[in-house]
Amino acid sequence: MSAHDALPRLAAARMHFTDVVSVGGVGLRTRPLRAFLSALGIAIGIAAMVAVVGISSSSSAGLDRTLSALGTNLLTVSAGTTLLGEEAKMPFEAESMIERIGPVEAVSAVAKVAAAKVYRSEQIPEQQTGGMTTYAARLDLLPVVGATVRSGAWLNAATENYPAVVLGATAARRLGIGAASPDAQVVIGGVRFTVVGILNPVPLAEELDSGALVGWPVAQSRLDFDGHPTVLYTRAEEPRLESVRSVLAGTANPQAPNEVDVSRPSDVLTAKQATSQAFTGLLLGVGGVALIVGGVGVANTMVISVLERRPEIGLRRSLGATRGQIRTQFLAESLLLSAMGGAGGVLIGSGVTVGYALAQDLPPVIPGWAVAGGLLATLVIGAVAGLYPAIRASRLSPTEALATP
Amino acid sequence: MTHPMISLRNVSRTYPGGVTALAGVSLDIAHGELVAIVGPSGSGKSTMLNTIGTLDRPTGGTVRIDGYDVAELSDSQLSALRATRIGFVFQHFHLAAKVPAVDNVADGLLYTGMRKAERRRRAAAALKRVGLGHRLDHEPHELSGGERQRVAIARAVAGEPPLVLADEPTGALDSASGAGVMELLRELNAAGTTIVIITHDREIAAGLPRQVHMRDGRITADSAAPRELASEAAR
Repeated sequence: MSAHDALPRLAAARMHFTDVVSVGGVGLRTRPLRAFLSALGIAIGIAAMVAVVGISSSSSAGLDRTLSALGTNLLTVSAGTTLLGEEAKMPFEAESMIERIGPVEAVSAVAKVAAAKVYRSEQIPEQQTGGMTTYAARLDLLPVVGATVRSGAWLNAATENYPAVVLGATAARRLGIGAASPDAQVVIGGVRFTVVGILNPVPLAEELDSGALVGWPVAQSRLDFDGHPTVLYTRAEEPRLESVRSVLAGTANPQAPNEVDVSRPSDVLTAKQATSQAFTGLLLGVGGVALIVGGVGVANTMVISVLERRPEIGLRRSLGATRGQIRTQFLAESLLLSAMGGAGGVLIGSGVTVGYALAQDLPPVIPGWAVAGGLLATLVIGAVAGLYPAIRASRLSPTEALATP
Repeated sequence: MTHPMISLRNVSRTYPGGVTALAGVSLDIAHGELVAIVGPSGSGKSTMLNTIGTLDRPTGGTVRIDGYDVAELSDSQLSALRATRIGFVFQHFHLAAKVPAVDNVADGLLYTGMRKAERRRRAAAALKRVGLGHRLDHEPHELSGGERQRVAIARAVAGEPPLVLADEPTGALDSASGAGVMELLRELNAAGTTIVIITHDREIAAGLPRQVHMRDGRITADSAAPRELASEAAR
């Protein structure tokens, strides 16, 4: 047939992108509940991962905020134990000697008055000490440890000579004292002390939270305090902190440097954070498992969708859809499904993070990489889950597909 | 016309397992014909329609549609042939549920590369042509069987293909609706479309200009055979 050579060349038309999306959404529109449920599986996985990353980031942002407010240049020198296991004592001169180290900016001290127990009143049995400790405190303590007063006032040159006490946050709660007032009195070492102030929690010196802080002179005169400091708080120039740290023990107690423990409280906080980050990694893994389960759900939905829609596939083939266009349709459906789940999951995860952060008074932080990574993961999952069903759909013989009742 | 609309030469189709649905069929259908293919079930008439519609490839022989040799075309070229040259009408309509008639018809043009607005415009025109201009926004469940088949016919002809293949188009309809659908197909043919109708209903077949009878995968009678053979001899 000579006319054959003159026939125009046949070529399948390309579908416009909007048509690809709208045809990909056919299955979702006709079975909204199923689409919702399988998208929900993805959403839960992504939400878990975004929330875990978000909460952990918010916590570390909170810590950074705390540390930058409190400073990381605090070194704590505390009396340890002697070789014989007894409680060591630091010399009276420890404070002034440390002050002479060049880069040291400030020094303050407290001393544990172990014998003086704290009670709400004289009626409380002696054994019920409530785990509180009495400290004799220097007047310049607060700025050095970064503590602030919640109620009342800090000790001053007058009140340090009299039975006046400032309670740590935990101690105040245990004693049931909400605010400083002349009527609020506690019994320390058998002497009535008036509560003149209550502190906020002190993150860099947590031992003070359960402490009852009294003046150095009054402790000596009324509580049989020997005057030896037990903990020295030292602020030093940040760049030379390590060199200060190395000489602190020898300076504080030249006779027995081994009886002195030197620590950097901000390191402890950071280490705590690192521990919780290891836990974050674990939770992230759990979120990942949830995501994979969600992906299996999408794959399952797609396989069923292809089985159910064989007549539709046959019809589309008869209308001129190429194998590639059928494949694209089901891949697009799978991608839409998981993208919806991913977007929902990011929203839920962000909501949880913001809610948690606001409740915990932390700055809410949702890292962009977590959001981008989550969405990317859903697209990969959608593609992987949809690939096999899509290929199966495209390989269906049109006549068999049409013959399906 | 330099070539017939449909040209089958010694076409056979054997399914895996040894079932022979077509056993060497030769048939020419010219542009503008209205042909009934009649036969009992299992006679191979559906396989022949699928082969003509390029949904199925023969295992032997040559199929030419509008001059194109089906065996030489790739899947994507065959799809293009279906999208532009062939309209299908099925016994069970194959309409998408919960989708308005106009969109069901417009979907028939999805694979032609037309923009959505153009598809909908043509769909509305095709629905008017089949007498459903007042039912554009009705969903399939709001239409009678006869109306649904009219929607399906509108979908088949919306792209103005030169060839329409109808597989038992009245099989699921009562006789009054069936007569209406046949009347519509006759009108489309009068406007120039080549139409091939599969039916087991001899009465319907008798009302059409040409009947091809089939049995056991072979053509047993063709009311236009002498002319076809003559043209074959002349070539």
